[in-house]
Amino acid sequence: MTIQTRFGPYGGRFVPETLIPALDELTAAYEEVREDAAFQAELAYLLADYAGRPTPLFHAERLSARCGATILLKREDLCHTGAHKINNVLGQALLAKRMGKRRVIAETGAGQHGVATATACALLDLECVVYMGAEDVRRQELNVVRMRLLGATVVPVESGSRTLKDAMNEALRDWVTNVRETFYVIGSVAGPAPYPAMVRDFQAVIGAETIAQVRERFGHLPDEIVACVGGGSNAMGIFHAFRDLASVRLTGVEAAGEGLDGRHGAPLAKGSPGVLHGSYSYLLQDAWGQVAEAHSISAGLDYPGVGPEHSWLKDSGRAAYAAATDDEALAAFRTLAELEGIIPALESAHAVAYVLRGPSSAEPTAPSPSQTGRFTIPGEAEFDPAATRFARGDLVIVNLSGRGDKDVYEAGARLGALS
Amino acid sequence: MSVRKLPHRPEAPADKPPVTPDAAATAEDQGQTVATLPARGLAPRLAHAFAAPRAQRAALIPYLTGGHPDLQTSDRLIATLIDAGADIVELGIPFSDPIADGPVVQQSTHAALSAGITPDDVLGLAAAHSAAAPFVLLTYLNSVLAFGAERFFTRAATAGVEALVIPDLPLDEAAGRTVSLAREAGGLAALAAGAGVSLVPMATPTSTDERLELVAAAATSFVYCVAVTGVTGARAEVGAELPALLARLRQRTDAPLAVGFGISTAEQAAGVAGLADGVIIGSALIDAVTRAASPDDACAAARSLVSAASEAIAGG
Ligand SMILES: Cc1ncc(COP(=O)(O)O)c(C=O)c1O
Repeated sequence: MTIQTRFGPYGGRFVPETLIPALDELTAAYEEVREDAAFQAELAYLLADYAGRPTPLFHAERLSARCGATILLKREDLCHTGAHKINNVLGQALLAKRMGKRRVIAETGAGQHGVATATACALLDLECVVYMGAEDVRRQELNVVRMRLLGATVVPVESGSRTLKDAMNEALRDWVTNVRETFYVIGSVAGPAPYPAMVRDFQAVIGAETIAQVRERFGHLPDEIVACVGGGSNAMGIFHAFRDLASVRLTGVEAAGEGLDGRHGAPLAKGSPGVLHGSYSYLLQDAWGQVAEAHSISAGLDYPGVGPEHSWLKDSGRAAYAAATDDEALAAFRTLAELEGIIPALESAHAVAYVLRGPSSAEPTAPSPSQTGRFTIPGEAEFDPAATRFARGDLVIVNLSGRGDKDVYEAGARLGALS
Repeated sequence: MSVRKLPHRPEAPADKPPVTPDAAATAEDQGQTVATLPARGLAPRLAHAFAAPRAQRAALIPYLTGGHPDLQTSDRLIATLIDAGADIVELGIPFSDPIADGPVVQQSTHAALSAGITPDDVLGLAAAHSAAAPFVLLTYLNSVLAFGAERFFTRAATAGVEALVIPDLPLDEAAGRTVSLAREAGGLAALAAGAGVSLVPMATPTSTDERLELVAAAATSFVYCVAVTGVTGARAEVGAELPALLARLRQRTDAPLAVGFGISTAEQAAGVAGLADGVIIGSALIDAVTRAASPDDACAAARSLVSAASEAIAGG
């Protein structure tokens, strides 16, 4: 089966000619391993025994009571290295090995993708170089130390906004220069084809597990799936299995930063289509097409672009996209810790913030038919139907993409929790 | 010489008819890899510059970031290049995320952007000088898309620009598979051709023979041969991989072959001139401009580099 290179009008391969043969080679290699039982078995083994899959689907009862819906958390934060990023990286690193590429490069924002890549490279004995914006090196210091411990070289990138966008520019320049012996492990469903489809496929294990878990536990489909969107890989990973199940609402949550009228990281809400980092997709840009600097408290969402499949899901109406501010994410970060004993990554806290949010007249949420009253909601007394976006009894799954260890200093300082 | 500061994103000039490139209307989104393009001959002044540069030698093509270090100095620099022996001038439109460029060009584009330079300014620079030399613009694709592709191509043609190098638009994307970008026109290359502008295909040391066939088929003015596997920037040595690339291209096309990326000294220029039809000198020139203490110094440095390269090419 050939790999999807376009999602409606979005996607494509807008990169220098030097890279085209490498993308052709990668496409061919990926097409081969998709059908290869030995490769798939090795990946399944590593996902299970090394990364710790399947991850639990946890019924967060106190959060449910607060939100007025049944909230289940898909616990990607429990994956080895602390985020969903490892799912994709194990797939790509195995592919690198099979293609005979000894040198691996990656870009990273929050450092989770960099840590996952450094981890897989240690495991598979590959050389690893990670590009990271200098601003992110500062605010995600824990992950920098982890990458170095794992034997990776971390290169701070000083150009531009010194965040994820610039790290990806620099990784692409490295790839153009060292393309023959280097495998570029892209960390999200972004970049030129075949990356958006390939990364989605490697992350689709999240949704495949979720659908089986929710069916077994509740005997029916959820009403809504919620995930944060940076480049969009954890969201695509959990959305994919539900794509053709029209009754399930798919909701992505972008970073509204200081607010959608100020600095933010919400290209689907506020951007327009353009070309960045190899694909045609929604983008934050000025009238001349200069790419705007994004802003988010969360380094993993601090990106002016988004994967092309999300642009198509938005235009086609299959998914809806909301945005949560820095302050909402911080509040959700604390709330989840207090209510459930789970400290989420600041990225994932954006998805939690969405379910915690009160009703929004701008985004009316239709009650799902024939599903009211199916569940006893714990702490019923706390539930005020007028203060929630959900129909009573809605079953909502939040993809908890990562854990928050890396964020405790930054968030703690902002919340005044460090004393 | 004065440069007209153009208004912010004006409407397309009314003196040009709407573009309907019949020649390429057959290209399908996913079907043919390369759309039917008009035969070479799109860029007559470039063709002449490659065929008959001053002393039957390779054409000298200095490259500058348009509007760097500022609009006035950039204007003076272009006049200086032409006076010092440039056969063709290539100008870059500053873009925020230049992934094909090394540190020197990156720095110059960021400086130009900080100084407020827009694509309109660079088109204005080309318009002001294109009577004196043929012009090529280098632009990243998003600048074209944001401007409106059809309007951009028309404006470039009006400014006397004959060809565009778009480093993040590989030829198969240019040829029409890009669904919404230029669907009706059969692709961006056809849209540009309809407006009278050639999109220049790039060939690199990593290009397979199969890709070079496509490059040859897509060449409507010249082929931009990338001398090294890498980004722009000076190299101690240029082109261990170059002779083989040029030979493989010669077997497939008689389009002029211009070589760029990494050529920084007069000596290197002379060496490449012995193999190719054009020599592009970018980072070395931009570096000299960046280091100059004043506009006068920048012009003097540019003049000495271009004259030295011109003499070396003529002598070699
Ligand atoms: C925990 C976590 N969630 C989400 C993201 C955002 O990436 P994506 O949108 O590709 O899932 C990151 C990126 O660093 C992350 O570390």
